[in-house]
Amino acid sequence: MANWIPLWVHKLSSPPNFYRFAGIVRPWALGLALITGAIALYGGLVLAPADYQQGDAYRIIFIHVPCAWMSLFCYGMMAVASFISLVWRIKLAEVVAMESAPIGAAFTFITLVTGSLWGKPMWGTWWTWDARLTSELVLLFLYLGVIGLYHSFEDRRQGARAAAFLALIGIINVPIVHFSVNWWNTLHQGSTIRILGPSKISGAMLWPLLTMMAATKFYYIASLFGRVRTDLLSMESGKDWVKQIAEAEGRA
Amino acid sequence: MSAFFAMGGYAMYVWPAYAVFFIVLIADYVNPWLRRRRNLRELRGRMARQAARQQRNPSAP
Repeated sequence: MANWIPLWVHKLSSPPNFYRFAGIVRPWALGLALITGAIALYGGLVLAPADYQQGDAYRIIFIHVPCAWMSLFCYGMMAVASFISLVWRIKLAEVVAMESAPIGAAFTFITLVTGSLWGKPMWGTWWTWDARLTSELVLLFLYLGVIGLYHSFEDRRQGARAAAFLALIGIINVPIVHFSVNWWNTLHQGSTIRILGPSKISGAMLWPLLTMMAATKFYYIASLFGRVRTDLLSMESGKDWVKQIAEAEGRA
Repeated sequence: MSAFFAMGGYAMYVWPAYAVFFIVLIADYVNPWLRRRRNLRELRGRMARQAARQQRNPSAP
């Protein structure tokens, strides 16, 4: 590894160290996800007023939008980890990239299904081939392509390299999803939340949305770390530290 | 309370959306946990077989 990278990064990226680190962080991340998620659900489903046009149907926004953000965020994490794994061949980066894919696929699937359930009462259709919906569907196929390519190799590290290339090529779709509502005429509404400038949403609806966004981020950490731990154990199953864990859990 | 569950007449869209959210994320969380348990059980089996082999024939690797 390059010598400008601090030593603690090097130490943390060794499988047994990261396994322990992830084991400590994971329950906290899951706890925070559950607490912030519960607060967001209470704020979104109970405290927030009904929308003046959409009534209570708009309440799907509190899961639809955070999951849509996560579908892009997970892709970004997967692409960055893929890049690191291709350049420096760090085993941990490969595992993070490959285990971000199923989480991203799960969030993309939720986004598509909840969007469909929202579209039926508001647009009068479950599905339409417009830019935002189609590019989000392509995102799901990219995730499934990465997962499929990874598992189609006998050697897992070889599979991870091939899938990392696909993940990097597919990053082109991320800005397309994000800007699709500006670039094309679409049935889907434009961005409501602005990082720069005021958002076009009432505060009573905004805070549950942002809280749920935090909850899904915490969930990502919890899920990713659980998946990485599982993968590290199976990749290193011949090593002594894994045998010790297997024996300890066998006695328990 | 029943007004809450009725969701202003949109219950058949709102609640399935939330159900999908929870079901998919729970499945996502449980899957690696099951995989981990299965892997460790297989590893323990391999280790036990290796130990038995070594006991029968101590000179073998």
